[in-house]
Amino acid sequence: MLEIRDLYAAVDGKTILKGITLTVNPGEVHAIMGPNGSGKSTLANILAGREGYRVESGSITWFGRDLTALPPEERAREGIFLAFQYPVEIPGVSNLYFLKAALNARRKHRGEPELDAMDFLALVKGKMADVGMDEAFLYRAVNEGFSGGEKKRNEILQMAVLEPTLAILDETDSGLDIDALKAVAAGVNRLRAPDRSIVLVTHYQRLLDHVVPDQVHVLAQGRIVKSGGRELALELEQRGYGWIEQEVAHEPLL
Amino acid sequence: MSDSVQQVEQLVGQEYRWGFVSPVEADTVPKGLDEDVIRLISAKKQEPDFLLQWRLDAYRHWLGLAEPHWSSAHYAPIDYQDIIYYSAPKTQDRPKSLDEVDPELLRTYDKLGIPLKEQELLAGVAVDAVFDSVSVATTFKAQLKKLGIIFCSFSEAVREHPDLVRQYLGSVVPPGDNFFATLNSAVFSDGSFVYVPKGVRCPMELSTYFRINARATGQFERTLIVADEGATVSYLEGCTAPMRDEHQLHAAVVELVALEGATIKYSTVQNWYPGDKEGKGGIYNFVTKRGDCRGANSKISWTQVETGSAITWKYPSVILRGDNSVGEFYSVALANHFQQADTGTKMVHIGRNTRSTILSKGISAGHGSNAYRGLVKVLKSAHGARNYTQCDSLLMGDRCAAHTFPVIEVKNPAAGVEHEASTSKIGEDQLFYCKQRGIAEEDAVSMIVNGFCKEVFKELPMEFAVEAQKLLQVSLEGAIG
Repeated sequence: MLEIRDLYAAVDGKTILKGITLTVNPGEVHAIMGPNGSGKSTLANILAGREGYRVESGSITWFGRDLTALPPEERAREGIFLAFQYPVEIPGVSNLYFLKAALNARRKHRGEPELDAMDFLALVKGKMADVGMDEAFLYRAVNEGFSGGEKKRNEILQMAVLEPTLAILDETDSGLDIDALKAVAAGVNRLRAPDRSIVLVTHYQRLLDHVVPDQVHVLAQGRIVKSGGRELALELEQRGYGWIEQEVAHEPLL
Repeated sequence: MSDSVQQVEQLVGQEYRWGFVSPVEADTVPKGLDEDVIRLISAKKQEPDFLLQWRLDAYRHWLGLAEPHWSSAHYAPIDYQDIIYYSAPKTQDRPKSLDEVDPELLRTYDKLGIPLKEQELLAGVAVDAVFDSVSVATTFKAQLKKLGIIFCSFSEAVREHPDLVRQYLGSVVPPGDNFFATLNSAVFSDGSFVYVPKGVRCPMELSTYFRINARATGQFERTLIVADEGATVSYLEGCTAPMRDEHQLHAAVVELVALEGATIKYSTVQNWYPGDKEGKGGIYNFVTKRGDCRGANSKISWTQVETGSAITWKYPSVILRGDNSVGEFYSVALANHFQQADTGTKMVHIGRNTRSTILSKGISAGHGSNAYRGLVKVLKSAHGARNYTQCDSLLMGDRCAAHTFPVIEVKNPAAGVEHEASTSKIGEDQLFYCKQRGIAEEDAVSMIVNGFCKEVFKELPMEFAVEAQKLLQVSLEGAIG
């Protein structure tokens, strides 16, 4: 479903990703781990099509199509969802309105009828109960005045409503207390399905206690230097990232 | 058909019939301004002598005034002798059908979802009759009359209610107030007049749209609204679609008088021609609007959405004379392309426990420039006066500008004045966030801007608020990208 081949990408003219190759199949959960500055967030933003993030060479294909040719809103409507590391505030725009506009844009793209206010409200209230969010958040402006944990829950709510084909979570677990972490994990687990894939970008392995990944990849200096199963995450937890970085340093650079 | 046409003419055509009997007579109003032109205007309108004298006094005073240039607007000098001070040509220059109207304008009307008949009216097509509106207007007038409410054109008020006009005209904005108001006092062509008698609550929003005979009032409009003791009225000015109008200079005056316990709510959606994308053409909207809370416990509330005009120079103000009186100013001003908006308010606290609220939202895009200019003045007599001011600016792109010029003068130590200001930019991160959720860029921009304006829009009557949102969307088309 998602094929990344020998991807080089730059942010503000500086090459950050240096030859990423990764295949994500339907139903799989991948964890991308790595030290700060290794390029994890760059990869997430490249997949979402953020301005300022430029593919230099290599390819990204999405169901056989060139993903890089699509503008960000098209990618979103095609089912690619990015849970933001730093969710953005939009004053004066209610969460309800924002979510409804987003869902209807996706439904329209798929040729489905747009939901009216009543149907949408019923849908979103159910999802809010799942995520453990109070309905009052529907009528507050998008992320405005939300605590860190509330913002992350809101991302999970949006994900639950939009039901993406590929969900990329960019350090959604960072800075969360244990309750919020569990809520995020439960949201991700609920989304797991044979036709959906999830990419968890994370610095710590504690999220992986709650969401068990099929594959773990370690990113260092813009490349995937190690891939493995769940046990790799535990090893990283014990030994830190230092030994991997050292291993990389001893390999010849391309 | 012919009956209806006659009805329309009776309702609509009175000023036209007397003013513009034939092209020959229309031609006799020469370009330029002198006392003869003013005498001619007054004579054509069959005005009583006091009004002619009033106009002439204003004109003589105006001759000694200089055009003000303290605002941040820049424009080429206006040649006041190159203006026709009587709007006769308007009826002859009208397009005969929508085929003759600028297709760009029609495209905008379609986007705003305006019905065809209404489009003709707005574009200034010489419509044979807009029957629906006329019948609405007629039943409407009858209903108001029963309550003793007077709602008519200014000219009609001069003829039918000269004593009321004489009592209140110039009592809020005196004829010598400022350069443009003085010019207006000398040459004003027409406008609206409203009088709501004691204790009467006007049962509907009064709107110029219903009173279609006011549509060609021209560039020097004069409006006077008087709410007698305990009366309540809500007035909607303008229309939400772009008006086709070639006049360069609009110098209007609006006066509001609220007597004891009265409430006046005045809402404007202004969308005159803003000029093209290169900044050519467009209306200079130099307007003096002021309300006088003359009695205790009275209230005047201004709400404006200013999206049109090349230059807007406008400061709807409230004089809080009566004890416990309340003044409000809610404003959204948009400056896109090369538009310049210099707008704000004055709140003058004189009475005890007077309160005022100012909420100003400026949006700048393209090369647009937006200035908030405000004065909060608390006189010594205003014990317990309170003011709250909030000015927010939103910038789109990096070639536009926003300025804030708040002036606060407090002479009473027991008064409380609060001022908050913010400037924000529609960020790439906000746009990307919306787009990542599948929302198209244009929709995202309009969502963010409407969110920014929300507190003001909620002050507008419901229908107006919906149209104001659509209007912003159309006005901001292509502002980013």
